Amino acid sequence: MATYKLDINGRAYDAEVEADTPLLWVLRDHCGLVGTKYGCGIAQCGACTVHVDGNAIRSCTFPVSGVGTKKITTIEGLSANGDHPLQLAWDEVDVAQCGYCQAGQIMTAAALLKKNPKPTQEQIDNTMNANICRCGTYHRIREAVVLASNKTK
Amino acid sequence: MSNLLTTNRRNFLKLTATIGGGLMLGFASSEAEAESVIFLSDKGLEGPDLVNFNNYLSISPDGVVTIFSPNPELGQNIKTSFPMVVAEELDADWTKVKVVQAALDKKFDRQLTGGSGAVPHSWERLRKAGATARQMLVQAAAVRLNVPVASLSTSNGFVLHAESGKKLSYGELASDAGNIPVPTEVKLKDKKDFKLIGTFVRNVDNHDMFTGKPLYGIDFYREGMLTAMIQRPLSFGMKVKSVDSAAAKAMPGIVDVVVFKNNVAVVGKSTWQVSKARKLLKIEYEKEGAIESSADHDKLFKDLLESKTAETRRKDGDVDMAFKNAAKIVRSEYQCPFLPHNPMEPMNFFAHVRPDGVELVGPTQTPEMARGEVAKLLGISPELITLQLTRLGGGFGRRLKADYVVEAAELSNLIKAPVKVIWTREDDMGGGSYRPAVRYRFEAALDAAGNITGYKLRGVGINVGNCTREDNFPAGAVENLLIESVEHKSPITTGAWRAPVTNFLAYAEQSFIDEVAAAAGKDPVQFRLSLLDKAKNSPTGAIKYDIDRFRSVINLAAEKSGWGTKKYQGFSVYFSHRSYVAQVAEVEMTKGKPVVKKIYAAADCGIVINLSGAHQQIRGGIVDGMGHAMYGNITFKDGAAEQKNFNSFRLIRLKEVPEIDVHFVDNGIDPTGLGEPALPPTGGAVANALFKATGKRLRNQPFMNQEEMKGNIGDRM
Repeated sequence: MATYKLDINGRAYDAEVEADTPLLWVLRDHCGLVGTKYGCGIAQCGACTVHVDGNAIRSCTFPVSGVGTKKITTIEGLSANGDHPLQLAWDEVDVAQCGYCQAGQIMTAAALLKKNPKPTQEQIDNTMNANICRCGTYHRIREAVVLASNKTK
Repeated sequence: MSNLLTTNRRNFLKLTATIGGGLMLGFASSEAEAESVIFLSDKGLEGPDLVNFNNYLSISPDGVVTIFSPNPELGQNIKTSFPMVVAEELDADWTKVKVVQAALDKKFDRQLTGGSGAVPHSWERLRKAGATARQMLVQAAAVRLNVPVASLSTSNGFVLHAESGKKLSYGELASDAGNIPVPTEVKLKDKKDFKLIGTFVRNVDNHDMFTGKPLYGIDFYREGMLTAMIQRPLSFGMKVKSVDSAAAKAMPGIVDVVVFKNNVAVVGKSTWQVSKARKLLKIEYEKEGAIESSADHDKLFKDLLESKTAETRRKDGDVDMAFKNAAKIVRSEYQCPFLPHNPMEPMNFFAHVRPDGVELVGPTQTPEMARGEVAKLLGISPELITLQLTRLGGGFGRRLKADYVVEAAELSNLIKAPVKVIWTREDDMGGGSYRPAVRYRFEAALDAAGNITGYKLRGVGINVGNCTREDNFPAGAVENLLIESVEHKSPITTGAWRAPVTNFLAYAEQSFIDEVAAAAGKDPVQFRLSLLDKAKNSPTGAIKYDIDRFRSVINLAAEKSGWGTKKYQGFSVYFSHRSYVAQVAEVEMTKGKPVVKKIYAAADCGIVINLSGAHQQIRGGIVDGMGHAMYGNITFKDGAAEQKNFNSFRLIRLKEVPEIDVHFVDNGIDPTGLGEPALPPTGGAVANALFKATGKRLRNQPFMNQEEMKGNIGDRM
């Protein structure tokens, strides 16, 4: 056990966990940030996607010991009031069915738009193909990413 | 025309002014009104007790209307759609409606999610709930303004008096309304006056879902709560012989290792700690039942299709004679594999068994059954158990079973502590309650003119019960018909899976009908329509579907898809769970490989309540149906599932979904459910379109694994 000092959503957290603990479970079990979801544990579904220094990563296979001083952003910290263009687009398009995977979908899309505010359809498809939605909301996921991109200057 | 409903006084259990001066209404309908429920599978679900229905709505002095949503929400949109119905009849201001998930409560009737049954069951009750409250508010306003009731109208949370221009808000009137006797007759709106129903209304949980608020069972944490993972036998047919838990117990954060039944539970302080420790368990298993592999099932299917004994499900006319006199016979076999449900949120439940009672929190489709099973296990009255429903991260039928609730309660009882049991994806996929595997043999006898004179279906299923739906189309349209079912019992657990039975039967039957139409030299759409004509004009036996509604979706799908004008299209239509859905799949050849580009759907679910949710259910059902038909496969080796996570079990992804064009038949009929009916037709539409493009019949799911299709389906990954 060691104490890890983490910068999550601009706030400092101390987590006393073992070095190999995936960031996912540090967020959920130790920091009370449950918006990041467990889906497969092997980086296949994307439900656990968070940003580490702005890059979308799969927190279920990312050990806490690898975080260091990097800045972590979770769905809870994507915007102050839930008003990130993607969060607004997700609401406007009414993307979710069960909703469980959607935080991961939004975080994957957010990393894309940060690097590439005007992605092509193909770039959107290639990026979002990494995340599974068991309910099959893929059409609206695509639509919402386009909407958010169009609204971003 | 308005509907005038008589309301029985005993239906209303509760009418109280709330502490804040608001109005709270409790609605209960009589037992006689509780219609029978179509169950999801013959064995998966016992009927709930037909207890009184209650739907509470409250109005606070500031005008906020709180509507309790009794049924589990798993993505079918009920938490938004049900309150819309209440709000419609109430003429509430939707922006002031607050929806609250109700806990399991005897006051609610049929508090479960399954069988696409909640909407038809509750439609009238919900309308009455809103209309009754509205009427009381109007009466209160009439007294307050000293004007006749007839001179008042309601709109958007206000009672209006047109003559004087006065208006009173529901909030202002709530307290007075609470003192008015509950009316015995309420007037429901004329359907043409619906303002909210039929519109696109966004999910009430959107903000919470998209900002990461705790909503799901897995998000439930409590101070002092322990976390547990359970090692269940990896192979069906095995039981625990001995357990060496020393190494697991020595791991940091581990509180205990508990063995009960065939479960070895590792209990600890955090999820990662228990998951690591569980890997160190040394468990010996011994044989308890048959150890089966998929190769055994393949053989078994073929043997049982020849079985001398089968359960006759429906018999019309004389099939032997029809086949003897046939000009042509078409015969085909279709097979579908086991499938896991794979809701994205794995199984989990929180349980705290205390000496004075039990607290359960988590995601379940059947809270009442879960409570009942826990009560039975612990030998206590269900009254001592509370069950708080969370949002469900998907269900697909898996959470109709209470196994994961009962084991959490059993563990809490053994360790005398509050505990949340979590399944990993591997636990979920490897220890599933699978969609049963099944094989069908269809035979059709045709006369010289290409008419079906005889039809035979024999199905063999593994733990499915009746693997046919004997009264479904084309029963009723064929004079000589025989439907038989054969069952094999296996230690592999199965259960209801979204659109039970029809999720594979529809694909097989709609593909076979396509084969028969081709053999008869007829257009697949016209062929189905003429069979329906036959059912209408000279029915054979009981007809348990609505022929006109069937026709209307067929015609609408054909019209919207430009049927007959395009090259590679496949048709399919199915009636299930009281709704009708026709689909046309369209395939294009890309680089020499067929790619499913578009699916047109025409649905008749009666009145569409929420246009957003309804579109979602149709598209979602199609994506689900197509994905599993193309890729879904669970195979067994020595009793153990060979696919345990998304690296070996392939779920459909964004780039593989075709465009989907959804249309609804607008007929004003009372609404039926949509959680399931869009799924069954999809496999057949896709298979039939792929046949047009490739000349290969896809008689086995998953299509990807079928010999003719190996590497031949356009794979855009």
